[in-house]
Amino acid sequence: MKTPRRSTGIPMFLRMLARAAILRKRTALSALIAIIVAAAASTAMLNLFVDVQSKLRKEFRGFGANVVVEAKKGGSFTPDNLQQIEYAVEGHGLAVPFAYAVAHTAKGEAVVVAGTDLELARKLNPWWAVSSWPQGPGQALVGVRAAEIIAPSGGPFALTYQGRTLHLLSSGTVRTGAGEDSRVYLSRRDFQSWTGLEPSVVEIAAYGSAAEVSSLLTTLQANLRGADVRPVRQVTEAEGNIVGKTRSTLLWSAVFIVCTAALCVLATLTGWIFDRRRDFAIMKAIGASDWLIATFVSGEAAILACTGAVLGFVIGTGIAAWIGRVNFHAPVSPRLDVLPPVLIGCLVVTMIATFLPLRLLRRIQPAMILRGE
Amino acid sequence: MAIAVTLGAAVSTAMIAIAIDIGDKISRELRSYGANLLVTPADDNLDVQIGSVNLKPSGGAYLNEAELPKIKGIFWRNNITGFTPELPVAVKVGGTDATLVGTYFEKTLKYGNQEFTTGARKTFPWWKVDGAWPADDSDQVLVGEKLAMEQGIVPGKQIPVSGRTYRVSGILSTGGAEDEQIVAPLGVAQSLAGEPGAVSKLFVSAVTKPEDAFARKNPDSLTPADRDRWYCSPYPQSIAYQLQEVIPHSHAEQIRQVAQNEGNVLSRIEGLMLLITLAALFTSGLAVSAAMATAMFERRQEIGLMKALGAGQFALSAIFITESVLLACAGGIVGFAGGALLARKLGHAIFGSAIAVEPVLLPLILAIAVLVTFAGSAAAIRRAVKYDPVHALRGEA
Repeated sequence: MKTPRRSTGIPMFLRMLARAAILRKRTALSALIAIIVAAAASTAMLNLFVDVQSKLRKEFRGFGANVVVEAKKGGSFTPDNLQQIEYAVEGHGLAVPFAYAVAHTAKGEAVVVAGTDLELARKLNPWWAVSSWPQGPGQALVGVRAAEIIAPSGGPFALTYQGRTLHLLSSGTVRTGAGEDSRVYLSRRDFQSWTGLEPSVVEIAAYGSAAEVSSLLTTLQANLRGADVRPVRQVTEAEGNIVGKTRSTLLWSAVFIVCTAALCVLATLTGWIFDRRRDFAIMKAIGASDWLIATFVSGEAAILACTGAVLGFVIGTGIAAWIGRVNFHAPVSPRLDVLPPVLIGCLVVTMIATFLPLRLLRRIQPAMILRGE
Repeated sequence: MAIAVTLGAAVSTAMIAIAIDIGDKISRELRSYGANLLVTPADDNLDVQIGSVNLKPSGGAYLNEAELPKIKGIFWRNNITGFTPELPVAVKVGGTDATLVGTYFEKTLKYGNQEFTTGARKTFPWWKVDGAWPADDSDQVLVGEKLAMEQGIVPGKQIPVSGRTYRVSGILSTGGAEDEQIVAPLGVAQSLAGEPGAVSKLFVSAVTKPEDAFARKNPDSLTPADRDRWYCSPYPQSIAYQLQEVIPHSHAEQIRQVAQNEGNVLSRIEGLMLLITLAALFTSGLAVSAAMATAMFERRQEIGLMKALGAGQFALSAIFITESVLLACAGGIVGFAGGALLARKLGHAIFGSAIAVEPVLLPLILAIAVLVTFAGSAAAIRRAVKYDPVHALRGEA
């Protein structure tokens, strides 16, 4: 049988594609739905997988400083040093300087007094349970254990450092369950005019991945000779561990979901092609080549795949954004770079689903199919 | 078609199992942040400590070391992953002032006839030792890396500490205050301080549940029923309360930096997995439905033949519905087994411990499978029974 000349080539091809979609709309629709679901699931999972690291990192910054810079033993930073640190950290994290001194209460009890920027300390350490933050100069934040001794009723109290007495008003208490509970926190200005001491420790919450944090460490080490720059291993090691494990759980979940969806697409599409064996038999009987039928079917499948992938991408991005909003209170930003892999994945799966049944059908005589065997 | 149902059931089982268990798994991982509860003597006075320098190491009030094993007797004993006592002592090393901290490294304790091992190696997993860890009953010590560098101390060297000599078994690096201290077995610190059996701080590492409004209630103000519920929930607060009960004259408090953030991270990850599981269930449900619909549609000739032979609409629906329910059950059971295996393997691969699948999940999975299969085939069956058999048999439907 000779292949007839395809004089009406392209328009006829398109007309057939359109007719096929309309006539077989039910099966085509269920194939399309399967593709959309698979694409949406893959998009959402990929989006989340890429984004979860930064989302979780943000949560982990709640643990406070992951880098500590300490002046040489017994010394303190010059304002120049502090500026250098500030400059290096700017945009990569939050740097909070702390100055410490041991003062005495009226009864002679020793207590550690810390001077810091209270606004920044509040941002750095969100776990501090503070009854009321100091509002102005002359006010102090008193640790719960220190409060029992120096200001049990929350009233004014006096502290002495090297013969100089400072009268303070307790604005409230801070409870952390750790060393902070036995300290008194003052604003840096009050602290400095009273003791004359400069900060000796800068606590830094560095943002970003482990590589970004270690590059900040290197910068700080290079800029501050003599100071001791070190990562807080308690915080950094646990964080890497947990982010890694969450990501691998997510990755495996994504693999499961995508595989199921892909297999269902495969099943649906294979059914769709088999269902149309009679059409192909007729096409073959009236002279279409195997090649033409394959082009025709794969063209149809490709259109289905692309439509499904794009619609699925939109839906999946929506799902990811919703999960981000509900769970992390920040939307997962849509990522266009997820579209190509999703599109290619859909095309590959549909092509496999198309060519497997076609290979089987090709071996069969049209007459047998038309007789319904 | 059967494959689709089986696969859907397997993925749903695995995902539900992971979502249920992830909280516990991550909670245990979060223990690598170290202790989340701190027990101190009730009438302790203020800490005067700046960085690693403890200006008033021995405070006067102590906990009794002999009471510590009782921790393994509290209601939430299985949630206590470890505890580490500390006793700081001011000492002189090579002419300079330093702090020596006595602690457990890997001590085996007995409570009743139950044996357990606890200490710094468990509660502070980020501590790294260059050399060897000292045994808990030895006279060997660890020296913090900064102190070691200043004084040129290397592992194996004997160092004089306040008039006595100890062998340095290793150099300790923690990234914290311990880098400038000496860490020794608790017995060494007690004999240096002249306080046998004394412990001034106890760090407890416990697996806890994220704190909520109910957790923050004062247990003494609750009704007996609510109080029991509070007591029997693994909140940081209730575990602290129980610790206070078993250790006399103590005050237990959560270390908020660890406990609070742990709760945050935990609820985020749990929430994430829950939502993903919902998405997974929805996805596999839709996908299985679509596959079922196609499969049913393919059988319209068979339906036509049955109708031509006189089958009524009711008989036809009954046959196909029964068939799909049976298929769902078979696929559901096989899928459940496969999903359980998958969850186990995944748990081992990621967390180093199996994710157990509760048998209670089986009916749930079966119900979902039946529902999804039915939803997928219902429309197709309804349409099929309405076919004109003649058209169906001629393949024109």
